[in-house]
Parts: sequence; C-alpha cells; structure tokens
Amino acid sequence: MPLKLERQENVPLAGLIAAPFVALAVTLVVGAVMFLAMGQDPVEAFRIYFIDPLGDPYTLQELVVKSCPLLLIGVGLAFCYRANRWNIGAEGQYVVGAVFGSWLALATHGTEAGPWVLPAMLVLGAVGGAAYGLIPAFLRVRFGASEILTSLMLVYVAQLGLDYLVRGPWRDPAGFNFPQSVTFDAVATVPLLFEEGRMHAGIVIALVVVVVATFVLGRTLVGFSIELGGSAPRAAAFAGFDERRVTYGVFAVSGGLAGLAGIIEVAGPIGNLQPSISPGYGFTAIIAAMLGRLHPVGILVSSFILALTYIGGEAAQISLRMPFDVTRVFQGTLLIAILAADVLVRYRIRRVEGVRHA
Amino acid sequence: MADVVPSDPSTLEPPPALLEAIGLTKRFGALVANDHVSLAIRAGETHALLGENGAGKSTLVKMMCGLLQADSGELRFEGAPVSFPDPAASRARGIGVVFQHFALFDALTVVENVALGLPRHEGLAALAARIEACVHRYGLQVEPYRRVGELSVGERQRVEIVRCLLGDPRVLILDEPTSVLTPDESESLFRTVDLLTAEGRAVLFISHKLDEVRRLCQRATVLRGGKFIAEVDPRRESAASLARLMVGAEVPRTPRIVTHELGEPRLLVKNLNLKGDGSRGSALIDINLEIRAGEIIGIAGVAGNGQTALFEALSGERLGGDAEAIVIDRTPAGALGPTERRALRAGFVPEERLGHAAAPDMRLSDNVLLTTHGDGRNVRHGVISHSVLHAMFGEIVKRFDVRFGGRDPKARRLSGGNLQKFVIGREVLREPVLLIVDQPTWGVDAAAASFIRTTLRAKAAEGCAVLVISQDLDELLEFTDRIAVMCEGRLTAPVPVEETSREAIGLAMGGAETASAQGDADAA
Repeated sequence: MPLKLERQENVPLAGLIAAPFVALAVTLVVGAVMFLAMGQDPVEAFRIYFIDPLGDPYTLQELVVKSCPLLLIGVGLAFCYRANRWNIGAEGQYVVGAVFGSWLALATHGTEAGPWVLPAMLVLGAVGGAAYGLIPAFLRVRFGASEILTSLMLVYVAQLGLDYLVRGPWRDPAGFNFPQSVTFDAVATVPLLFEEGRMHAGIVIALVVVVVATFVLGRTLVGFSIELGGSAPRAAAFAGFDERRVTYGVFAVSGGLAGLAGIIEVAGPIGNLQPSISPGYGFTAIIAAMLGRLHPVGILVSSFILALTYIGGEAAQISLRMPFDVTRVFQGTLLIAILAADVLVRYRIRRVEGVRHA
Repeated sequence: MADVVPSDPSTLEPPPALLEAIGLTKRFGALVANDHVSLAIRAGETHALLGENGAGKSTLVKMMCGLLQADSGELRFEGAPVSFPDPAASRARGIGVVFQHFALFDALTVVENVALGLPRHEGLAALAARIEACVHRYGLQVEPYRRVGELSVGERQRVEIVRCLLGDPRVLILDEPTSVLTPDESESLFRTVDLLTAEGRAVLFISHKLDEVRRLCQRATVLRGGKFIAEVDPRRESAASLARLMVGAEVPRTPRIVTHELGEPRLLVKNLNLKGDGSRGSALIDINLEIRAGEIIGIAGVAGNGQTALFEALSGERLGGDAEAIVIDRTPAGALGPTERRALRAGFVPEERLGHAAAPDMRLSDNVLLTTHGDGRNVRHGVISHSVLHAMFGEIVKRFDVRFGGRDPKARRLSGGNLQKFVIGREVLREPVLLIVDQPTWGVDAAAASFIRTTLRAKAAEGCAVLVISQDLDELLEFTDRIAVMCEGRLTAPVPVEETSREAIGLAMGGAETASAQGDADAA
C-alpha cells in the first residue's frame, strides 16, 4: 500500500518540543534491543552506560570536557543549518583549525615566547577553520556545487593532510617514531580551571560562545537575515540581504568555531598534535545541533547528552567488553530518530487510495 | 451584451445537483468559518461563489475537495452522501480544483509537473500528447515542454487547469481565476468554461469581479461572515446589488482626485536594458519612464511580458543595468541594492505575497522587519528592538484593518486579502516618496481592493509617486492617472487615462506597437 507525506497546515508547538524527547526514548528502546541481541542485560548495560557516569565526580568532569568541542561545533552548525546551508564538514574544519593553531605552538616551541602564544593559537585555529569552511561556501556560490558533498569530501582531505604532517615534517624527532608532534610548551597550552582534574579554560570560551550566539541569532539583524535566508530565500533577497554574503558568513562562523574547538582540544586535553585528535566530534556535533533544535542553549544540553554516549561507551568497553562502535550506533540511532520525529511532527502520513491499473 | 451562456437552465427542468453541500459548519477555535453553509452545483452550470475575504469561501472549497473536514453537515454527490477524507478521494469522484496559489515546481517542465500529479506512470511523450489534445480541445495555450519557471502567472494557471482537466473532472472549481488574466485571456477562459459546461461538467467560479460573474454564471451563492446569504441569478442582479449582498453595504468607488499639482520627478528610468537570465523573466528593452510626485502611473500588460523583471530591476533585486538608468529622487540608483533604494524612501510591494513580499513561516511581526530594517527605527547598531517592532506591527494591523486569528500568526496563516493589506500597510507607513506596487489587488476581495486603491490614491495626493503594475485593466482605468503598456520587454509611453480606451490598451497589450516598431527596424 503506497504511503505519502502531507505537510501539516498547523504544526503544533508541543510536538516540536516533544520531538527530541521522543527521539531519545526511541533510541533507548533500540539500544535495549541491541543489548539483548548481544546477550547483555539491558538494565545493567543502561546503568553502566548512562547512570554510572553521572554519579562519579571524575567522569562528570570528563563529561564536561567531552561536551566542550561538541558545543562549540554544534553552535556553529546552527548558524549554517538555520540558513539552510548544510555544512557536513565540521570534522575537517576542526582538524584544519587544530593544524593552523598547532603550527604556532611548534614554531615557538622551546623559545622564550611569552603568554601571547595561546591566544594567537586560538585566533589562528579559528581563522584556519573558517578559511576551510569558506571553500564549500565558495564552490556553492560560484558554481552551485552542493555544499553537503564538498564539505564532507574536504573532511578526508584535512584528515589525510594532518596524517602527513604528524608522520612527516612535524613529527617529534625524540618521539621514538611515533606519529605525533612534540608536547606543547606551557604558554601554548590551554590552562586548567582547577588544580585537580581536567576542566580547562576552553569550557569558559564555549559558554561565552553560547551566550553570544544566543544573542546574535535571537536579537540581531544578522541573526534575522540568516533565519530569513533559510526560510524564504526570495523574501530575503527582497529584504535586501545578499544570499552570497549569508552563505559565506554562516560557513565562516561554523568553520571558525569548529577550528576553535580543534585547537582548544589539541592545546588542552590532548597536549600535542596526533593523527587522531577527534572521535568524530565534527559529525556528532551535527546530532547535537539537531537535537538542540538549532538553539545554542538547546545545543548546550544536547552536547552533554552526546558526551554521555562517549563516556558511557568507554565504560561499556571496559566493564562489558563492548566495542566502541556501540557508541556510534547510539549516536546514529539518535540522529535518525530525531529526523524521523521532526518529519512526523511536520507531516502526516496518509495512505494513498488504491490506484486501478489498466 | 451578448449572452455567452449556451442554454438558460431556468427555462428547463433543473438537473439534479452534481455536488451539494448541506449545512456545512467548520470551526477554527472560537472562529466559525462556515456556519451552516449550503451550496448546490448542477451539471452543465457555471456557479459563482461570491464573498469578501474571510467570508468563508476558501473554507467551503477546502471542505468540498477534502482538504478540510466539516464539523457538521454533509456533502452529497449526485444525491448520495459522500465524505472526502482527503483530496485524492474528491479527485476520484471527479472534483478538480485550481487554487489561487499554484502548486508547480519551477525547475520542471509543464509535462513533468503534470506527470507528478498523476498516480499512474505513463511516458512523458504520451502525456505531452494528451496535454496537447486537451489544450487544443479547450483553447488553452500551454506548451508542454517549457519550464514552469519561465511561465507567467497566467500561463501557470493554464497549466493548473490542464492538469485538472486531464483527470476528467465532473466539477471544476476555479479559485479567483481571472485575477491574473488580461481581458483577452479572460475571454478565452470564459470560452473554455463554456465548452466545459456544454459537455455537462459543472464549474464553480470564485471571483470578485462582479461583471464577469454576471456574464458568465447562471447562479451565484453569496457568503458573508461565514454564513449563507443568498442564492441569486447574477444575470438579474446589478453589480451594485451583488456587492451589497457581499459586504452588506455599498462599496465606495475609489475617488479620483486629479486636481493636485504634480511635483518633481521621483522616479526616472532612462534606457533601462536588462538581459533575460534564461531561467526566468523576460529581458527589458529600452525602458523609459518618468513618475512625478503626486501621480499614479499604471503599467498594463499580459503576464510574462517583463513586468516581473521590471519590478525586480526597480526594487534592486536584479542589478545589471546602468547606474544612471534608474534615478530615485534625483539619486542615481541603478547600482544600488533594495536596502539602499529603500533608504531613498522608495517602497516596493511585489506580486507574490507568500515567499516574496513575506516569509510564509515567519511571524507577522518579524515580517515587518523585511522592508523596515534599514529605516533606523527597529534596528539600532544591528540589534533588533522587539518593542519598537511590535509597536510598528500593531500600527499596521490597526490602521490597515489586518484581520487574523491569534496574536502574531505566521504569514502563511493569513488570507490573501489580509496579507496584502499588511504588506501594503508596511510600505505606506514607511512614508515613501516613491511606491512601486506589482498586482496590488490580485486575489483580494472587493472591499479590501477598494481600500487598497483608496490608500494608494491618498498617498499620491500627499505627494508620493506611485507606480502600479497590474493585469487588471479595469483597476488601472479606475484609479491611475496615466497608463503605459508592457509587451515583450518594451514599455510604451504613458498616456493619460482620459485620452485612451480599453480597446487601444488592449491592442498595445497584444503587441500592436511592438509589431510596428519591429517593422520599422526591419525596414531600416
């Protein structure tokens, strides 16, 4: 029996709010089935996965640390997605930001450079990410190329570029041939917030970004032009907002924040440049952005939830001997569930009348 | 006036009602959109549905085609009760609707668009042949392989009609069909309608043009405020008596005030040329125009002759002409964008309300920002003042009598007439010195149209220069001072209304002048 989707005239607000919660519930159900299929007790698995990390001070800190890049990237993506520009390449922009910022850390390594190094690294990271984000924007504006494809493909270019650098020119000569750079100097390292633990100053930057982004998106003409460009392009042109400028702008912001996340991660929790500086933050942040309803405060919440899937995944690896891919499955299920919930709220499914075939 | 009706049903035994609505009631929250409305359409008749905006016409039509479900009352088809849970069910019964807002994809060709609406898969070539046959049979001008994006509003409407007719409907519902057509095009539509009814089909004709209804329709159902008011024989009514039934009071004609002095030129267009960009919109060829403070100039023309390109060139959405080609209030504006032109106190009202003049999914108050963000009132240093914005929104709503449900709905939720009042009000309250309006009253009811014309007239009297692009010749003759005609990208010199006639303008719309100009060029 053929089905079709019909757009609803009046989308209920309650439905839009409920959609992410329903999506989370569906994800848990799918997860339970998965655990059962793997021969695990779902209740026990859920406890290890989602409850235990919340009760432990160390893992709570780790949760915040893990949510920091997700938050930064996710907020940037919200700019793009609100403008109906689909940047899927935040992972690449994150890597390029990390590379750009690290260049300064390595260039000043072992010198008497002062405390200006870290701020300059952060700026370089943001600039690098923004520049990398502008490539798909340019290809779209100039040639009409789909930014979804170009931004995604550029991820692999960036990752392989990083791989080359840390195995080649930037490899630590005293590192026993391990593919990694030297450990950054103190002036090139993001300071910790507290003596104990892993909470670093990047978290403060992320929170400031949330406040600024909330203001820009909600209260300024720039935010309005982004929203309008995404919602009704012709009306935006009529209102005098240049579509090309909006495209460049949102990609620059999105890439810049991803790049900033990259350099903060490298100069903070990681401490040097390595081939694997991200467990897929750039992709997971897409889920955080969608789950957070493209609102910076919503993304603040959703980043924690997604960080929890990382932390829980690590715990499950240790105590249940489950593969890390379980985390990926959770994240993927969550994304599909959100997208499906959104469609079901905005549209209704109808059965098409049986068609007579001659 | 020649009677175009093939037979007068009043002299015959009335045929059974093909589609009948009995006591339909529909509520939206506190609003009763339809209050026990009844309507019967018989085979072979053209039945008019008359009513102001908000009278409940759209609600009734939506219930009759399955888009809405009635709260109470029933529908009958050939005497038997039916229910239409969705549009497919009504289509299966042979009810076809051509809505005011078309559902066509710009990027696809005519035949591809038609194919999308059909349940079965047939070859595009076979379908194109069927379209050609239908076009031929009913005298509709449609080329199957043209891209819809290139078509004018009038042509798109014909695509929608053809799409409906391919489904072989027994009842065809036309929602404001003539509002986008020239007199000639309307005439050919009427001939099509006559052919359809002669085949025993029924046509429900929704229109605000009372003269047309009186010519074309054998019966008319009048709604007001969601209630059934009367079923009359429009041929035995006068336009004034029909209007009285619709609004419950006399509709004032727009007062013509031509006594005031004309001021300096507010808009000067000199040798404006614009290349067609291929995908949509005709080119503009050597456009010259001067509008002085205090006058209203009308541009007549068949849809798709460059009016949209002209509007976009004037609003700054489409650049490409010479900087000096467009002068607004003595400032060369040809290279300026829309915001900069608005800063010269120009105001623009495009033809499409949803998606161009307003963002459908944004709230009305946010839609105020579209054209006012550069005026220095509601945006300071890039920060939106929502309190000022809401005050401006409230003023537009109050002064222009914009009606809607809720406090601040999305633009999509407003009826056409109310959204148009909002869009016009948004510009008028900016106190422009130049106002350019494309199709000011398309799909707007008589009372709102009269209000809009009076508003524009009053602005001109205050010293604003007004340019009105319209396919409604009667409207232009009624309230503009001079009329120019657009045909194939060229614009004729404006002629004072007193010195011209429907016939002369109609001739120019058909390209009489362009043809002679081309003849000269060939001879040279």
